[in-house]
Amino acid sequence: MIEQLIWLLNITRSQVIARRYFVVNGFDGALTMLGLLVGFYVSEDVRLPVVINACLGVAIALGMSGVSSAYISEAAEKQRELRELEKAMVTDLGGSAHGQAARLLPLFIAFVNGMAPLAISLVILLPLWLAPSIEPFSTFPLESSFAMALIMIFLLGVYLGQVSHTFWLWAGLQTLLVAAATTALIFTLSPG
Amino acid sequence: MVHIKRVVLDVLKPHNPNALDFTTAIAEKVPGCRIKLTVTAMDEKTETVLLIIEGEQMQFNVISEAIGSLGGSIHSIDEVEVENGLPEGETT
Repeated sequence: MIEQLIWLLNITRSQVIARRYFVVNGFDGALTMLGLLVGFYVSEDVRLPVVINACLGVAIALGMSGVSSAYISEAAEKQRELRELEKAMVTDLGGSAHGQAARLLPLFIAFVNGMAPLAISLVILLPLWLAPSIEPFSTFPLESSFAMALIMIFLLGVYLGQVSHTFWLWAGLQTLLVAAATTALIFTLSPG
Repeated sequence: MVHIKRVVLDVLKPHNPNALDFTTAIAEKVPGCRIKLTVTAMDEKTETVLLIIEGEQMQFNVISEAIGSLGGSIHSIDEVEVENGLPEGETT
């Protein structure tokens, strides 16, 4: 099954699309969590269960939005590509690898697009969940999750650096700069 | 028993899978075969290729299904070589 999926990704050159969706929506998820955490931090005296529930709700919504939006758009795109290829080949390609790809790949890409923000958000929320039982997290739960968000954003930058064959540290610092700008904006615009 | 030893096919296929993936996928389904692919014409979305497939005991329907599953379409059979091997034990 996995081999078949890799083969279909290869022949349709869809790995690039899946990778792009992973990075774009993963970054979306990480930055949204960062924004929420900073927002709760500047609000002060917010109870931990409220923070966890709000962040979890947003993470799930991001995941669902990622799955549905990517499926709708990719299914339409893949069907259009298949019709164009069928027109050029003057034959029905429904039973071929291309037909299979048009049916399966939108599901896979939708899964990647939905899982990227959800998984990254859950990793960022980990210190909040562990706060009652693990010492450094219980003293500074929001700060720990904020640090986790920065690590995830940095790692996404490093991954992008690997994709574009640029220096990993520079690529990671670039994404961290976006995180810093977002944090600064929230602190500046927050009424307190 | 009649065996197909060699077949030359004129095939229209999409650009993807490329020549290497296309021939490899066919070879995986036809054990003991040897395949040569030559691109003879190139279009915006498709290409015409000449496939020379050689082997000892090939089945045409397996080859045809493999090409079809890769999105290819056989336009013509340009050359065929078959052999009627005598059953074991017979000398004439």
